[in-house]
Amino acid sequence: MKRYSPNWELFLCRMRMFYREPEAIFWTYGFPVLLTIGLGVAFRTKPPDKVQVAIEGARVLSDIRRTLEDDPAFQTFVGSAAQCEAWIRKGEAAVAIVYGEGIEYHADPTRPEAALARLKVDEAIQRAAGRSDAVGIKSVEVTARGARYIDFLIPGLVGMNLMGGGLWGIGFVTVDMRIRKLLKRLVATPMRKRDFFLSLIGSRMVFTVPEMLLLLLTGWMLFRVAIEGSWLAIAVVAGVGALSFAGLGLFLASRARKIETISGLMNAVMLPMWIFSGIFFSSKRFPDVLQPFIQALPLTQLNNALRAVITDGASLASQGVPLLILAAYGLVSFVLALRYFRWT
Amino acid sequence: MSNATQAVVCRDLRKRYVTRGQAPVDALVGLELTAESGECLGLLGPNGAGKTTTIEILEGLLEPTSGEVEVLGMRWGVDDEALRQRIGISLQETRLADKLTVAETLRLFRSFYHRGNDPMETLDVVQLAEKRHARLDTLSGGQKQRLAVACALVGEPELLFLDEPTTGLDPQSRRDVWDIVRRHKERGRTTLLTTHYMDEAERLCDRVAVVDRGKVIAVGSPAELIQRIGGEHVIDFAVQNSHGPVPGVEAFGDLPSVRDCRLDSDGFRLTVGAPHECIPALVARLSVHRLELTRLTTRHVSLEDVFVNLTGRRLTAEELADKGP
Repeated sequence: MKRYSPNWELFLCRMRMFYREPEAIFWTYGFPVLLTIGLGVAFRTKPPDKVQVAIEGARVLSDIRRTLEDDPAFQTFVGSAAQCEAWIRKGEAAVAIVYGEGIEYHADPTRPEAALARLKVDEAIQRAAGRSDAVGIKSVEVTARGARYIDFLIPGLVGMNLMGGGLWGIGFVTVDMRIRKLLKRLVATPMRKRDFFLSLIGSRMVFTVPEMLLLLLTGWMLFRVAIEGSWLAIAVVAGVGALSFAGLGLFLASRARKIETISGLMNAVMLPMWIFSGIFFSSKRFPDVLQPFIQALPLTQLNNALRAVITDGASLASQGVPLLILAAYGLVSFVLALRYFRWT
Repeated sequence: MSNATQAVVCRDLRKRYVTRGQAPVDALVGLELTAESGECLGLLGPNGAGKTTTIEILEGLLEPTSGEVEVLGMRWGVDDEALRQRIGISLQETRLADKLTVAETLRLFRSFYHRGNDPMETLDVVQLAEKRHARLDTLSGGQKQRLAVACALVGEPELLFLDEPTTGLDPQSRRDVWDIVRRHKERGRTTLLTTHYMDEAERLCDRVAVVDRGKVIAVGSPAELIQRIGGEHVIDFAVQNSHGPVPGVEAFGDLPSVRDCRLDSDGFRLTVGAPHECIPALVARLSVHRLELTRLTTRHVSLEDVFVNLTGRRLTAEELADKGP
């Protein structure tokens, strides 16, 4: 007689249910890649901004005007004294050069770029007039690897995707099966509950692999985002993260009987992490009082660990603490989910 | 196994639903039921009578508030794994996974059972072999229901539970489902189904248990139940009186061979033993009262008449259409 493996059949069915749902494919794989491309283009590294200088059109200033116009570091506007004042006021120029009681720099000291602009303009003018350095110092330009915004963004997006995939991919699907009474039908068979949960989580882990590869490859091919750490370390961190959020998703879905309920729960859990956990900007920007709360969020720990292994090339051993915190989240929520799970 | 010949035994089954902030609802109030091994037993009753509650307790999906339940000589809470292996279930409403195909779905259900039928053979039995590669969201209501029954049959169950297997199906699909149940019965296996269709109970079931307001009020073969009314024929008639009021039921109760006389919204209903004696007397009685006959039909007693006699009300069209809680 033919042998049937319930584990394998459950897993296969879950896989089929996922890849035959075009929307699910788009939100899991397409959307994060589009987001990466969009943000990568919007925040690409640009050459330093030009210093905007307003110059009064007086004849005595014509030498200075020529010097600044020839220098690519400056963008010049020429007009009457009154116009120069207006440009400063509106913020269109950082510094104005006018002829009052001799040559004068006019700048608004409350604007941070004004002081730098004044120094640069003065340096260019004085150097053109023959000033030389008292001490000769060579200046070397350095761009650190992994310091660009896109380098920061990619690991954050990987973390965000692991969170969204785990919560939606497990939570939403479970509640949908409950509404369809499919859970009730399954529990009316001799199916082992353990097999059911394993298949849900196992298939979720499999979906994670292309998700990760796509994001990391997009980052590398389009923006040369380097992957410094070992693939093993990245796989372990992502795997523990995925398990953690899968457990959380199962816990959130353990009682809900309506799509509205589970959507609300998901958003309530995800929203603070979208903001605080350092996906799009560093979580260090928040005040110190908030840090204990922020560091206790699972996505913060996942993003920290992902950045450490992807960007800084940290070893797996150095990420013990975040991995433990993530594993604890996963384990506790999984146990609670099993305990309170509602089949009908 | 104490009762090898009895597939299902319920004694004094009670179920009370308690919802916070609402008065408790007693769905079952001392229900007694026995299904013999190999028979097809139908639970017949209106929505809200307690049919689904009863069948879900027997399926081990609900816990009774009190009472004893024995299924295949075993008990829920003790022999769950063994019981699940030996029963097949079709719930009142299950939407299986839309994106899976017929064959994939059945294979999944087959994998849960130690022993069972080949999924392809089961698809032949329910006449879905041609549809085996079709996704569920492309199936008609009747095809979905046959697949649901196939999922119940694929583990080769000794005891099959079907909760309203033909509700909402067209006449041909209903007959297809009946054929499947008959074939299961021919193999000597037990079926317990719920229905609110009189014809379904009458044609498909060896015995019918009439359920009303949380308990079984009569049980027997359709023929026995009909006989128990005492008459074999029903005369339905309506009258009008242009000169005065229409008389009540007492005006006809003493006619020859009348066992029962009722008046409802569409007219009088006499249950009689001998129509050939009753009808001439009825016509004579009408002319005495100067009543005009507007309608008269005769027919054999049906299960519906049994239900009306037992409960004093009919299963109305609204009750049939409404889905209870």
